[in-house]
Amino acid sequence: MMKSPASLTIHEAAAALRAKTLSSVELTKAVFERIRAVEPQVHAYLHLTEEDALAQAAASDRRRAAEESRGPLDGVPIALKDNLCTRGVPTTCASKILERFVPPYDATVVTRLRAAGAVITGKTNLDEFAFGSSTENSAFGPSRNPWDLDRVPGGSSGGSAAAVAADEAIAALGSDTGGSIRQPAALCGLAGLKPTYGRVSRYGLIAFASSLDQIGPLAKDVEDCAILEEAIEGWDAADSTSVRLEGPSVTQASAGDIQGLRIGIAKEWLGTGLDPEVRAAVDGARVPLEKLGCTFREISLPLQDYALPIYYLVAPAEASSNLARFDGVKYGRREDGANIVEMYKKSRSAGFGPETKRRIILGTYVLSAGYYDAYYLKALKARTRLRQDYLDALKECDALLSPATPTPAFRIGEKADDPLQMYLSDIYTVSVNLVGLPALVVPCGFSAAGLPIGMQLIGRAFDDATLLRVGARYQNVTDWHRRKPPLPDSGEGGV
Amino acid sequence: MALTRRDVEAVAHLARLSLTEAELERYGAQLEAILGYVESLNRLPLEGVEPTTHLSPATDRARPDRPAPGLTQAEVEALAPEFRAGSVRVPKILEE
Repeated sequence: MMKSPASLTIHEAAAALRAKTLSSVELTKAVFERIRAVEPQVHAYLHLTEEDALAQAAASDRRRAAEESRGPLDGVPIALKDNLCTRGVPTTCASKILERFVPPYDATVVTRLRAAGAVITGKTNLDEFAFGSSTENSAFGPSRNPWDLDRVPGGSSGGSAAAVAADEAIAALGSDTGGSIRQPAALCGLAGLKPTYGRVSRYGLIAFASSLDQIGPLAKDVEDCAILEEAIEGWDAADSTSVRLEGPSVTQASAGDIQGLRIGIAKEWLGTGLDPEVRAAVDGARVPLEKLGCTFREISLPLQDYALPIYYLVAPAEASSNLARFDGVKYGRREDGANIVEMYKKSRSAGFGPETKRRIILGTYVLSAGYYDAYYLKALKARTRLRQDYLDALKECDALLSPATPTPAFRIGEKADDPLQMYLSDIYTVSVNLVGLPALVVPCGFSAAGLPIGMQLIGRAFDDATLLRVGARYQNVTDWHRRKPPLPDSGEGGV
Repeated sequence: MALTRRDVEAVAHLARLSLTEAELERYGAQLEAILGYVESLNRLPLEGVEPTTHLSPATDRARPDRPAPGLTQAEVEALAPEFRAGSVRVPKILEE
């Protein structure tokens, strides 16, 4: 049987579109056929925009016929995490409080994707407000891991990861506050990039923790991550934390070899709690990287064990503050109350799910008078020391290599009743957000049970390109990223 | 760190949430477990360390003061739970 165009990467699709062996309408139809076949099992999407997607695809084909094509994303179907605002298209954050919210504007990344000619397939599932590591906190039911439908795809961008892994989109955007792009990418066998804080505008991303949030790509390979980052990044007047980027473009800068690069591995990363199969897979990645000219050195990050405690003070504190805006006044769910405070309380209590309430309560507690110094301020000071550790390590190393997650994908329901156990699945990813650096997850093996394993490369601030270069060269000589999940079609002729 | 039921209730009020009995109990226990976990930060020497609140190297710069369109009244009305006579309506704010 011929390979479905839905299984292509961005750069493969772009080549076929350029060669006119494939049209965007054909590609988009193939993606929606695939969605119809597997979505009942995977539940990656909350909302599909098929009609608009086919219109965008037809417009892309017309541009190409007129030789006015806009580059590698023109005509390529991309999925968006449902916390990115889309004009005229529901944006729910997987929360009942925003169930009927239809934004009157596009997020900057969406504007930029549209300008690049991308075809938007729909909005993907997530943990409510991006609070979680499994999509089990979605108010609209969990997504499933295409590699094993009884397991989670990771989270919070689990819908985006499941969609790309199941070929229900060519690539997707997610957001990453403590690992929400990288952990699901690892659990679904994808490449996922958390750009340096400040590289991508967050305008129109429904805020979780503003000093940590960053939007980035989940894709079938590293080259696609570079294409997507280049399309969405750069200064934006609407986000005061976004930065004017200088120098060569990401795709140019990630093209060279990696001869002589020094890569650090922290001894603190390989301690108890790390699954032996994950350890072996990450260790195994050193061999091809050494053949490509990289050298490895052991480093120390003494504050590693404090990263998760710092994160679970800083992130809920910022979240409780950001989520104060959901009050039932101007938009979103409102429940009637005799006075305004009762209206606030009823609307918020009916609209937020359990994990969201838990984080709001935790965040409100650590910011409240009498506890601010004991918890929040202490965490901010520890964050300074954690950051110094990383900056010191990256003086003698060009990049750092760690596991992406302590274990492969866990079972649905396995950690749902134990928030602390769930939080531990982010142990390798949260530091990167706290210190504002870029990090890339790349598939580096499979468990005996056939589940994907990912490694994480961490780089210097604004040097995302070095990570993409290492990841792309690694993928030139390995084929973990080419494997496809053994997903049965649920449509006619399927199981 | 022992959390009383009243502590959780007080925090829920600050966060404008009303919790059921079951929620009060569950969140109280979970909050206590999480706060116990983060206690490890007390072992870190942090005297004289400056807090980190943000990480972007971007600095504020003035933009040209040009008028630009905002949301239309129709767009605001479409989003509002209750809208009458050109205004978003809310329940009583001041007690009599």
